[in-house]
Amino acid sequence: MFVVRYRKIFFALSFVLIALSLYGMFSYGFKESIDFKGGSITEIRYEGTRPDKAVVESQIKGLGFGGFSVRPSENDRYIIRTQELTDLDRTSLVNAISNNGADKVAVERSNTVGPIAGEELKSKAIKAIVVVVLMIVLFVTFAFRKVSEPVASWKYGLATVVALFHDVVIPTGVFVFLGHFKGIEIDLLFVTGLLAILGYSVHDTIVVFDRVRENLRVNRDIGKKEDFETTVGNSVHQTFGRSINTSLTIFITLLSLYLVGGPATKDFALLLIVGVIVGTYSSIFVASPLLVTFQQWQKSK
Amino acid sequence: MKARKHLFWSFLLIAAFVLLGYFLVREHRPGAKYPFKFGLDLVGGTELVYKADTSKVQDIAGAMESLKGVIERRVNIFGVSEPIIQTESAGVISGNKDERLIVELPGVTDIEQAKTLIGQTPLLEFRLAKPNSAEILKANPQAGLDDLFTPTELTGRYLAKATVEFNQNTQVPLVGLEFNSEGADIFKKITGEHKGEALAIVLDGNVLSAPTIQDEIPNGKAQISGTFTVDQVKSLVNNLNYGALPVPISLSSSQTVGASLGDAALHSGVRAGIIGLIALAIFLILWYRLPGLVASVALVSYIILSLVVFALIPVTLTAAGLAGFILSIGMAVDANVLIFERTKEELKKGRSIREALHEGFSRAWLSIRDSNVSSIITALVLFWLGTAAVKGFALTLGLGVLISMFTAITVSRTFLFAIAPSEDSAFKKFLFSNGFHIK
Repeated sequence: MFVVRYRKIFFALSFVLIALSLYGMFSYGFKESIDFKGGSITEIRYEGTRPDKAVVESQIKGLGFGGFSVRPSENDRYIIRTQELTDLDRTSLVNAISNNGADKVAVERSNTVGPIAGEELKSKAIKAIVVVVLMIVLFVTFAFRKVSEPVASWKYGLATVVALFHDVVIPTGVFVFLGHFKGIEIDLLFVTGLLAILGYSVHDTIVVFDRVRENLRVNRDIGKKEDFETTVGNSVHQTFGRSINTSLTIFITLLSLYLVGGPATKDFALLLIVGVIVGTYSSIFVASPLLVTFQQWQKSK
Repeated sequence: MKARKHLFWSFLLIAAFVLLGYFLVREHRPGAKYPFKFGLDLVGGTELVYKADTSKVQDIAGAMESLKGVIERRVNIFGVSEPIIQTESAGVISGNKDERLIVELPGVTDIEQAKTLIGQTPLLEFRLAKPNSAEILKANPQAGLDDLFTPTELTGRYLAKATVEFNQNTQVPLVGLEFNSEGADIFKKITGEHKGEALAIVLDGNVLSAPTIQDEIPNGKAQISGTFTVDQVKSLVNNLNYGALPVPISLSSSQTVGASLGDAALHSGVRAGIIGLIALAIFLILWYRLPGLVASVALVSYIILSLVVFALIPVTLTAAGLAGFILSIGMAVDANVLIFERTKEELKKGRSIREALHEGFSRAWLSIRDSNVSSIITALVLFWLGTAAVKGFALTLGLGVLISMFTAITVSRTFLFAIAPSEDSAFKKFLFSNGFHIK
């Protein structure tokens, strides 16, 4: 199977993508939304009739403050969360909202707010991901314990985690670049999206590995001698249709979400689309050939 | 004979799903017993603003951060409702040093309950008795806490956990306290520097006990003794374990807030789900033919079942949750895809349709099982360790995997065997196969 034979090309491609992503993360950094950074909270009361939320949103959008949220409160107010405002920003915000004084408004509060997702979320999320990775390695090692020949079962776990790293880093990298060039911000939804990719990545890798496991078992039972490389190649080939079709089904639903799901979840759908493509790619072109590489390192020792 | 049994179960399943679908339609009306619970972004809720008294602490930012964590844990006792909790401080220009905490809760039904629950959060402080406290008390029997004791840095913020303990000699119940490492250091310092003085343990402004410090205590453990009943100790320990307030708080305002995204986001999310489902069904039927049709029916049953579970638990539906659910619709088909691809392989080997289906299900099972177990592990760990938003995602992921295993395997299996012909023909084989190449 060409996937296994030309694995170095695919490894190189993934390596370049990961390197680019890491470069983006370290040189551009994350463009964090007010979910993570906190900012200012401004409560506006209208003396006359309160305009539509969409009107207020377009007024604020024109100011170029980046991500913000507007929510109605009681019958005559809006609570507006924005990035940290300077005095000047605050004046222009009130000006914009009041149509330069045409609508009578009163500022009920104008304060600084902390992040919704602070350090606790970050540290907890990191801890949770570390535990997930450990549990996955343990589980895969256990599930593949009967096929420890020619590759030890924990190496299947290792390959799963390498693919996982690949699948989480590349979409993050894509969003770091989108943040730098297009101003897309990283918010709470982004974290949820990465977790979903994490789940999908492992799920998809295990399905392909399962076929390797089955073929190894069948070969052992019928006493067939076959190169590990050939077995892995055949397994990838046999699961190819399924891999493509499953990612296609997910792609269909995500595309629908991206196109008609509304602006709130558009970036989220895009992130997942990237994640599903990369996740499917890595199961076929990274995780499985990696098994062969592990086996050859073992042989050369 | 077997086909008849599958046919019977198929009708039963269809009847059950129609009933569940009816339940959903009925529960969607106002005044329903199990309505869907929507998040702050879709329907809004109530904003409670608490004022925190930080006059007695030095590390204000740290105390506020810990306050946020404690309240978040409290609010989530009701389940995962994805509240917004954030600290608020008055602008520098106003010169007003007020520190506040914003607690936004979705819906309005639980607000009184939420207020009570937040109000129950204990305020735990450790205070040193002033050297002349006995004289002060004699001179002024009404002397308050602040007159008799000086506050220390040690508060509920540094509490790691509380346990029920018993005095080994008298069997009187006690509350055992354990500080985190930071708290243990502070405790060691206080006990080291104030030997012979009384250190009062103050809960919600009442001195529970004020033992005299005998020696430096390095291990970060303390006990509250007093005349408690076992039940009192248990409820106190429970309350402390949900977190103790680092600073006193008082409710300063509460007002209803509307949705940040609102109906439009809900409608476009639902529309995306419906369009995605139709597109998916078209793909499945074109590629997998008759089994594809069965998979589409199984998918509809997945959606009905999931929504019923979401309404019953209840799971708070947010724009993110809805998007995650749409993703899960795509993933739920995976088990069917695996089974059908295996069935096709077996058909190519020349087996009959029934045999091929049998083999398809049994061979695909291992990979379905292991890949789904990995997803369940992920969901469990995230639920166990995550914050509210992560927990919400973990819950929908875990439920989605479990429900899709039922619908994609049990439901579609029953339907497929009910319609599988006992005699094969080229055309029937074509109907049960898939893809482009068919012999």
